[in-house]
Amino acid sequence: MNEVILIKAFGMIAEKIGGSELEWKNPGTLEALRAKLENEFPDLKAAKFGFAINKKLLQSDAEIPAGAEVALLPPFSGG
Amino acid sequence: MSRFDRQEILPGFGKEGQQKLRNSSVLVIGAGGLGCPILLYLAAAGVGKIGLADGDTVALSNLNRQVLFGVGDLGKNKAETAVRYFQHKYDDIQWEIIPEFFSVENAQEIISGYDLVVDGTDNFPTRYLVNDACVLMEKPLVFGAIYQHEGQVSVFNLGPNSANYRDLYPKMPAASEIPNCADTGVLGVLPGIIGNLMALEAIKVLSGFCKPLKNKVLFFNSLTAQTYEVELVPSAETREAMPRSLASFEIMDYELACEGIKQLTWSEAMRKMNSDVAFVDVREPGEMPPLECTGLIKIPLSNLSAQLDRLEESEEVLFFCQSGIRSQQAAQQLQQTYPDKKIYSIRGGINALKT
Repeated sequence: MNEVILIKAFGMIAEKIGGSELEWKNPGTLEALRAKLENEFPDLKAAKFGFAINKKLLQSDAEIPAGAEVALLPPFSGG
Repeated sequence: MSRFDRQEILPGFGKEGQQKLRNSSVLVIGAGGLGCPILLYLAAAGVGKIGLADGDTVALSNLNRQVLFGVGDLGKNKAETAVRYFQHKYDDIQWEIIPEFFSVENAQEIISGYDLVVDGTDNFPTRYLVNDACVLMEKPLVFGAIYQHEGQVSVFNLGPNSANYRDLYPKMPAASEIPNCADTGVLGVLPGIIGNLMALEAIKVLSGFCKPLKNKVLFFNSLTAQTYEVELVPSAETREAMPRSLASFEIMDYELACEGIKQLTWSEAMRKMNSDVAFVDVREPGEMPPLECTGLIKIPLSNLSAQLDRLEESEEVLFFCQSGIRSQQAAQQLQQTYPDKKIYSIRGGINALKT
């Protein structure tokens, strides 16, 4: 069983975490992941972004399956 | 032979697809970095009627990406200038020029005459405004946006069970949270690519050719040339956050909803001016042009937290800066310390004062 997850960050979130990809031990749920991210990167506390698990956007907490890819998706407004 | 021969012979598109484009109408909102390529390709493809809404004027810093404009167009309205260019180029498109910013006041009248809306605007309040108007009026919406080296594209409100912008971003962000092109810079080719993807989606929706990005959002990164596609799920909850009816839409203040700060135009600000209102320039020393007037308080944003007490006595405070972003940050900062004060930010800052 692969308990590592791949985190892919986009836009401003990638800047705040200093890169576009992280490989982390699976924290179990999206809420746990958010808490861990905010703890590691305090700049994320004020940031608004969505989570996609395996390329599906989720609006509420969810379990992160083993080996999942979790994308952190901030809004862009430029044009 | 028609000027559309190469797409009329295309399997799956054909004369039928062309006829659908010819019979359709598109409203493009914003003739900026996204709007320019969108317009170029929709007009070339032969969309029958194109409306263009933009109240902005051409500035020198636009020219690296707003490819419809040249140095001879500086200061001119973008909608009028762009349409004039196309009227010389093609004689088979019906144009509507709307030289105004899209707003809750004009949204319904402008949108009602079109089959499809394409959002090439550049700020969050307008993006939510355009989205809500399209949901309430049941118009499909091609969405695209950029941030520095990345872009995102989707198609909203396309038939039943279709996601919209609020399903992608249910929480309204403030402009002050996310820097814009003016702060981060942008290579002109990025909005060129995203605008082209938007034009492609628009053509798919109008002609019925291939599958548009319904309930999907496509991300593109220009540094890595990678794409990433995410599935969206329409939800009843996000629908709850929207105005329920066109009547409640009309009285929405989208800037206030996004920023939490009431924004004023310069003329509204001037009418407010009296001795009880603190009028504060939060630009750093040396920013041009300087503004001098009686009673003007100068507190650079970088120093605001140390000087908040200078505003303690004022019940109303009016902030401005160069472009209207830092003044929102200043207003939010002051509001946290003094939640009872009436605090405003001047929309567009000094840049909006020139015209």
